[in-house]
Amino acid sequence: MKPRHEAVFRRRERLRKAQNALMTGTFSIAGWVAIVFIFLIFLFTFKETIPIFTDKEIQREANVHKFFVEQQEGPTITDRFVWQPTSDVPKVSLWPIILGTLKATIVGLLFACPVGVAAALFSSEFAPPRLREVIKPVIELLAGIPSVVMGFFALIVIATWLQDAFGFTYRLNAINAGLALGFALVPIVYTISEDGLSAVPRAHREASYALGATRFQTAWKVVLPAAAPAVFASFVLAFGRAIGETMILLMAGGNAAITSFSLFDPLRTLSATIAAEMGEVVVGSAHYSSLFFMGTLLFVITFVSNTLGQLVIKRMQLRMQGAAS
Amino acid sequence: MTRGAADKIAITLLGSSVVLILAILVVLIGNIAMHGARQVTWEFITQPPRDGLMAGGIFPAIVGTAALVILMSIAAVPLGVATAIYLHEYTPAEGLSLAWKRFKASKGRPGRKRLFMRAVSALLATITRSAVANLAGVPSIVFGLFGLGFFINFIGRNIDRATQPPGEVLWGQGSLLWAACTLALLTLPTVIVATEEALRTVPQDLREASLALGATQWETIRRVVLPGSLSGILTGGILGISRGAGEVAPILFTGAAYYLPFLPGDVTDQFMHLGYHVLILSTQSPDVEATKPLLYGTVFVLLALTFLLNLAGVVIRTRTRSRLHR
Repeated sequence: MKPRHEAVFRRRERLRKAQNALMTGTFSIAGWVAIVFIFLIFLFTFKETIPIFTDKEIQREANVHKFFVEQQEGPTITDRFVWQPTSDVPKVSLWPIILGTLKATIVGLLFACPVGVAAALFSSEFAPPRLREVIKPVIELLAGIPSVVMGFFALIVIATWLQDAFGFTYRLNAINAGLALGFALVPIVYTISEDGLSAVPRAHREASYALGATRFQTAWKVVLPAAAPAVFASFVLAFGRAIGETMILLMAGGNAAITSFSLFDPLRTLSATIAAEMGEVVVGSAHYSSLFFMGTLLFVITFVSNTLGQLVIKRMQLRMQGAAS
Repeated sequence: MTRGAADKIAITLLGSSVVLILAILVVLIGNIAMHGARQVTWEFITQPPRDGLMAGGIFPAIVGTAALVILMSIAAVPLGVATAIYLHEYTPAEGLSLAWKRFKASKGRPGRKRLFMRAVSALLATITRSAVANLAGVPSIVFGLFGLGFFINFIGRNIDRATQPPGEVLWGQGSLLWAACTLALLTLPTVIVATEEALRTVPQDLREASLALGATQWETIRRVVLPGSLSGILTGGILGISRGAGEVAPILFTGAAYYLPFLPGDVTDQFMHLGYHVLILSTQSPDVEATKPLLYGTVFVLLALTFLLNLAGVVIRTRTRSRLHR
């Protein structure tokens, strides 16, 4: 009987080994998925952009020169740089849209960066543990609000309040859209800054106290500078999010591609232009390729800013681990 | 002014930023709850819209959102969990720089090839992690473009070419399936990062004990690692799903419909969506004041849905954390 048992045992061993090898293969393939899709996203967004550079027919309507250089006749910059891709003579200057994107992003960051860092500094250095337990879920709730809800709130509620308070000519403008964008950026700035601030070793603080510094002096002049890379990274990542945010700006930005430096004019961002116009565009037309060109632009900008942000965070983590040990 | 007083003022100023954030959240939620909760009646959540979206309820949008979220989870959660398991269980824990140093220091000693393979594997893990981080940062509208360019215009059209009679379009257009695939991609990073964090909470000793008893790596993962990190993985899944449930930009051109008189019956159907409905009601309405109650009601339902999901995720996580710290 013994040999038969042995055979059964061996067969089971082989089965276990095979099962293990199968699962190792499965998980390894899954490991490739993220890389493959990042690559595919770039490939397929870029693929639809290529005609801008190669197709003579499409280049007559839209090309890099027309996007960035060409001007119309007119006295003001608003007349000279125009985005009207569907008029009889298509005008496809990207400047009104790029300017709109930058205006909203800057207002958003001007709100979110100071508020986010101040809140992070407060909660990592001064808040009693019990209060900290409250702050974190609150920030998480804010981060969990869908951007379409934030856009709705900016469009229906904030815009009216701001206009009543400051008498803006246009209800929807860069201030209103930027502020709502800022609300959505606060959690990013807060979370990453707070991680960095909490990672600063205790010894830094104790040395500062020993030299007679007050609690605020320690936080402001010792802890904050030590965590400066993380704070910087949080700004960079918030910038990446702001550039790509769509729904808030589509709803609250006023949806007018106007070349203007004024924060009180309505605006249109890259993302909002894609969202608003892709639905009606003829597939394969110059307009279609132009929209994909904007998408590629967004992808590249966010890819660079995210990579930079991640890199800074990683280096900071390594340094802090070194300092702690 | 004494140093102590100046200190107090500065700290109060910092604290006021926390109060500001809290105030924003309270005003936002309060405003929506105040105007929205009143609208949510039985009729509102069980009836389709009427009179050109000016009256009626949001039943098709609720069903569409639910169907989309379920399909998305089926795609995103298993894939995300598998990727995280690969990253955490199958790649060297010591990281790239250390693995490479060990390989370089091993000159002339046996087992050098293995150390080299370890370094390569660590390199792959580093690249994958940065790909995941970058995927998380890709703007949601670019996901929408990708869904249109890849899923619909590339995969869908090619399926049509192979299976449908010429001229017929079934797969090569916006649908529940393609929208769910696009959203799944968007939520993938959230699931991966949260699952990896959950796997990290399982003590290394347990894995080693299991391997020492003769279990294969898969058996260790199946019987030791996964049961120990299940609640963390669940949290990651729920947080990812709640993020996906609220996103509108990726589904704008991949299948969301303005108005449909019927419910989606197949994955190739278009669908209505709560978030998209909010966008339509607030930007396309001929009479904003008249649609406002409906709009508030829809926003309330959407917000309640995402908050409930979020809350569930956070509660499970807090519980797990306190259990671990004990």
